Amino acid sequence: MSKEAHGRRRTLRVLGASAAAVALFATAGCSASSDSGSGDGGDVTLEFAQWWEPELPDGAFRELMDEFEAENPGIKVELLSGPYASTKEQLFAGAAAGTMSDVVGLDGAWVSDFANQGAIADLTALMAESDYDDSELASQIQVDGATYMIPVVNFVYPMFTNDDLLAQAGVAAPPADRSEFAAAANAVAGLGDNTSGWILPLSLEAPNGIQNDVMSWVWATGGSMLDGGQPDVTNDEVTSAVEYIKGLWDEGAIAPGAFTMKEQDKVEEFTNGRVGMMIDSLAHINLIRETNPDLKFSISALPAEDGFDGERGIPYASWGIGVAESSEHPAEAWKLVDFLMSEETNAKLSSIANAFPGNTESVPDFVAEDELFATAFEIYQNGYPANEFTGLPVAEQLMRLFDEQFQVLLDGGQSVDEMLQKTQEAWLAEF
Amino acid sequence: MIITPIDSTAPPEPTPTPTRTPTPPASSASVRRSRLGRTLEPFGFIAPTALLMLVLMIVPIVLVIGYSFTDNVILNKNPEFVGIENFVTVLTDGVFATAIGNTLVFTVVSVIAHLLIGLAFAMLLNSPLVSNASRAVFRVIYILPWLFTAAVIAVLWRMLLSPNGVVNYLLSSDLEWLSSPALALGAVTFINIWAGYPFFMVSLLAGLQGIPADLYEAATVDGANGVQRFFNVTLPQLRPIIISMTLLDLIWTSQQFALIWLTTGGGPINVTEMLSTFTYKLAFSRYEFALASTSAVLILLFSMVLAFFYVRHQRARD
Repeated sequence: MSKEAHGRRRTLRVLGASAAAVALFATAGCSASSDSGSGDGGDVTLEFAQWWEPELPDGAFRELMDEFEAENPGIKVELLSGPYASTKEQLFAGAAAGTMSDVVGLDGAWVSDFANQGAIADLTALMAESDYDDSELASQIQVDGATYMIPVVNFVYPMFTNDDLLAQAGVAAPPADRSEFAAAANAVAGLGDNTSGWILPLSLEAPNGIQNDVMSWVWATGGSMLDGGQPDVTNDEVTSAVEYIKGLWDEGAIAPGAFTMKEQDKVEEFTNGRVGMMIDSLAHINLIRETNPDLKFSISALPAEDGFDGERGIPYASWGIGVAESSEHPAEAWKLVDFLMSEETNAKLSSIANAFPGNTESVPDFVAEDELFATAFEIYQNGYPANEFTGLPVAEQLMRLFDEQFQVLLDGGQSVDEMLQKTQEAWLAEF
Repeated sequence: MIITPIDSTAPPEPTPTPTRTPTPPASSASVRRSRLGRTLEPFGFIAPTALLMLVLMIVPIVLVIGYSFTDNVILNKNPEFVGIENFVTVLTDGVFATAIGNTLVFTVVSVIAHLLIGLAFAMLLNSPLVSNASRAVFRVIYILPWLFTAAVIAVLWRMLLSPNGVVNYLLSSDLEWLSSPALALGAVTFINIWAGYPFFMVSLLAGLQGIPADLYEAATVDGANGVQRFFNVTLPQLRPIIISMTLLDLIWTSQQFALIWLTTGGGPINVTEMLSTFTYKLAFSRYEFALASTSAVLILLFSMVLAFFYVRHQRARD
């Protein structure tokens, strides 16, 4: 073999060895965990994973965190922000691996699973440790008597009505009870030209229509789908609501395409003026106004059963907060929770999020400035926030199980009693 | 290697007989090192690939297979071995059977349509009647569906097929394409066909352009008409491409998730439930990661059957 060939072999050998070494380092690097927690000079860095920052005006949430850092020297907050779905996946992965961020944004639907898994900390204990007075908190989400999540801001779901369509159909005021609602919905559907009275999203991909658009009828009449924390969907209140919606469906008052419709489709159809009424989050007011400035609409409480005069439950969704059990700095983490729930900060956050505060003393700015929000705030204060899915195990799956049976019912495949009986059995299996 | 010109007139050099030359004792260590280096050298080259395969493929697959034999992993801190209990649960689940049926219909119809439409468009584009310029333009138009990601395709077709959408307007109908239990499976299959045929088209077009013109000439001289030329020249020439593409497409389509999830979510009721959406719901809606792993293992087994035929076909070609 020539000298050059020898040299080339040697070069190749060196190349091969170094490639292997590089690959080793690269893969080792992937698994190396970064040591977070305390930064330089004894400072504590809190990781805060949530989906809120991207939904707020640019930089607004960071500003609040800067205020917190100024008030609490020695604590830094690192925001880990992502869309709702990826935050959820990140938290579930973190809970399994024990690497959850110190402070986490929570949805009520996850609380039960995280609490049972031991991934999130008992806030009742943290409150006791720091002598916190919880009388100002509007609500707390508990599992087995201990608080695991505090709703920071709430988005309520009132009824939106398209004023022009209702007027055309000869309906003078937004309906206040079920009979009026059915009459109004049928009148609007009778206008023709692709208009529908009510819109009901039942997509199985995002089955939250069951919570917001179906169960809300039960809660609005002070009813419940649970009995002592266990499923009870065969009771009279749920049966009556399901029969009522089935009636609207059979009369053709509900917009077509319900079985695969999602929340954004619902808002889109309403915004385009094709639907008389919808139940939707208050958070969408600005979106509707921006997309269709000519649309005249009002907000009112969800209709209750005829003759009902008790307190009405209003469905809501919240941005909740919790602390990771695995956090090395629970006391500092609690300080951040305390800060966000304080009267002033909570009012600020509610104002920028167009939501209602989790602190009963806070009053957001927009309530004074905007008539629609003022009405909504009145509805909120007259009723009570109701969402029985919050805190239940596999809440989304419960909605989906209900949804599947509900679709079979609407499709004419079974009776109301069969539907509720099957749902009850399916739910019991999940509990 | 350095190539030295060989003088053909020169007598051939006697080849040296391989005699073992005694090695001086002083350099025995370095020889052993070099021999060790030579033995390890191939492993050095294989190491990066092997390591990546191990970390990115073998480890996750083994983990998932392991999960499928335990009670609920991830949510359960100390999962226990439960044997084949999970497999019994999944296999006796009625929805799983529905999902298999739907996946079969969806996959087989999609692949056949991909092949037929892809072949038809490829033949049209390959026609000598089409100028090079218009061929380029049509190529771009036909391949467009393939360039969109699943999310874009889903949003696009949801809007087109909505009860108030363009399709109903054009047909003067009021059908609920994606929301009616009778139409939904057909509608998602159609969307998948629309999204997937260009890949067949481009590959088959490349194949068509590679068929030598003299084969057609010879067939014409033998008196073959257009149809006979297609069945006796074009198809046999395309056969290897068609078989590879069909097997690959069967594997891909049977695993289609995003399109279905974003258009129907497996509904209405469960008429578009596929193995992929079934597995996803187990994992991320019910947090039953062990059952989801079991379902994934079963899908892996089905895919392996297809992969086996694909690999065997490829080996036969080589």
